[in-house]
Amino acid sequence: MKTLLPFVACLLLGISAQAAGTDPEFALTIRDHRFEPAELRVPAGKKIKLVIDNQDSTPEEFESHELNREKVIPPKSKVPVYIGPLEPGRYPFVGEFNARTAKGVVIAQ
Amino acid sequence: MLASAIIVFRETLEAALLVGIVAAASRTISGRARWIVGGILAGAVGAGLVALFAGRIALLFEGAGQELFNAVVLAMAILLLGWHQIWMSAHSKELAAGAQQVAKDVREGRRELSAVFVVIALAVLREGSETVLFLYGLLSGGDTSKGALASGGLAGLLGGAALGTLLYAGMLRIPLRWFFSVVSVLILLLAAGLASKMTQLLVQADLLPSLVSPLWDTSSVLPSDSMLGILMHALAGYEPRPAGMQVVLYALTIAVILVGMWLVRRSASPAR
Repeated sequence: MKTLLPFVACLLLGISAQAAGTDPEFALTIRDHRFEPAELRVPAGKKIKLVIDNQDSTPEEFESHELNREKVIPPKSKVPVYIGPLEPGRYPFVGEFNARTAKGVVIAQ
Repeated sequence: MLASAIIVFRETLEAALLVGIVAAASRTISGRARWIVGGILAGAVGAGLVALFAGRIALLFEGAGQELFNAVVLAMAILLLGWHQIWMSAHSKELAAGAQQVAKDVREGRRELSAVFVVIALAVLREGSETVLFLYGLLSGGDTSKGALASGGLAGLLGGAALGTLLYAGMLRIPLRWFFSVVSVLILLLAAGLASKMTQLLVQADLLPSLVSPLWDTSSVLPSDSMLGILMHALAGYEPRPAGMQVVLYALTIAVILVGMWLVRRSASPAR
């Protein structure tokens, strides 16, 4: 039972955060197959709304094994990706369609 | 070339393993080849269309269109696989006893074939649309020559398809009395894996809470970009850092299908 408690607490926290709907928002821009900023600092322990703005004329795929996220960002458009809540640490991400140049990291602190 | 090979391989593999399992599962039904090939072709056409409208789909529902679209595609595949699983459990004894008997029931066979068609088309559509977008991006990006891109993509496609064929051929070598149990376990894991993927998309779009993210981290033991990790992901929905909600829905999918199978088998057995 004791081992279940953190789980239940997280469940309730998750639902209450859901109801509040005020997740901190961060912008991430893709230009010339690069992310700006390449280092994004976000608060730990909070669900984050990343708004990714692809200004290139080709689609990109935001992908991060560390964040467990994968989303195609169509050309010339802006779409949200929710991440976290994260433990403090570094979470690298790439633009999978241009992985050589499109690299970045979310730093949760 | 390598990048395009790996991406296409990963996407193809997921669809190819599903096609392999479904093709093996429907081995007793005559005339299935047409439906399987038809499903692959319909899925490929659908993938092209989805890729064409990807921009517009993504912007629907305040930017959650892509996740919702894929979640609906996944949900349909899960329902079909679950239905197939439950239907099979009512017929498993006849299937194991004599492979031809069930195929005689034409009406049920036809219903089964349309399910095979749809489930294959959905898998190819989902995995294919991403591949099309990627290849399009590379083509218009200009930093890779078209020849390298095409050979990479082709290598990935052939690699994925080869593994799917290998799984299919391997499954057909399983003795018939175990065959349907193996198929049953594979489809159960496949459906649960799709449920986990669907949940991940809905968490990403903030339509479901993550509960805990991640619930565990096995990325140092079995990374998701290792060959075994990719294979386990495609077969059983393995993820090194799943959200709590993904694990909940994974388990729930297995539980619901198992209960369904048990109920069907219980109501079918006294009558015979």
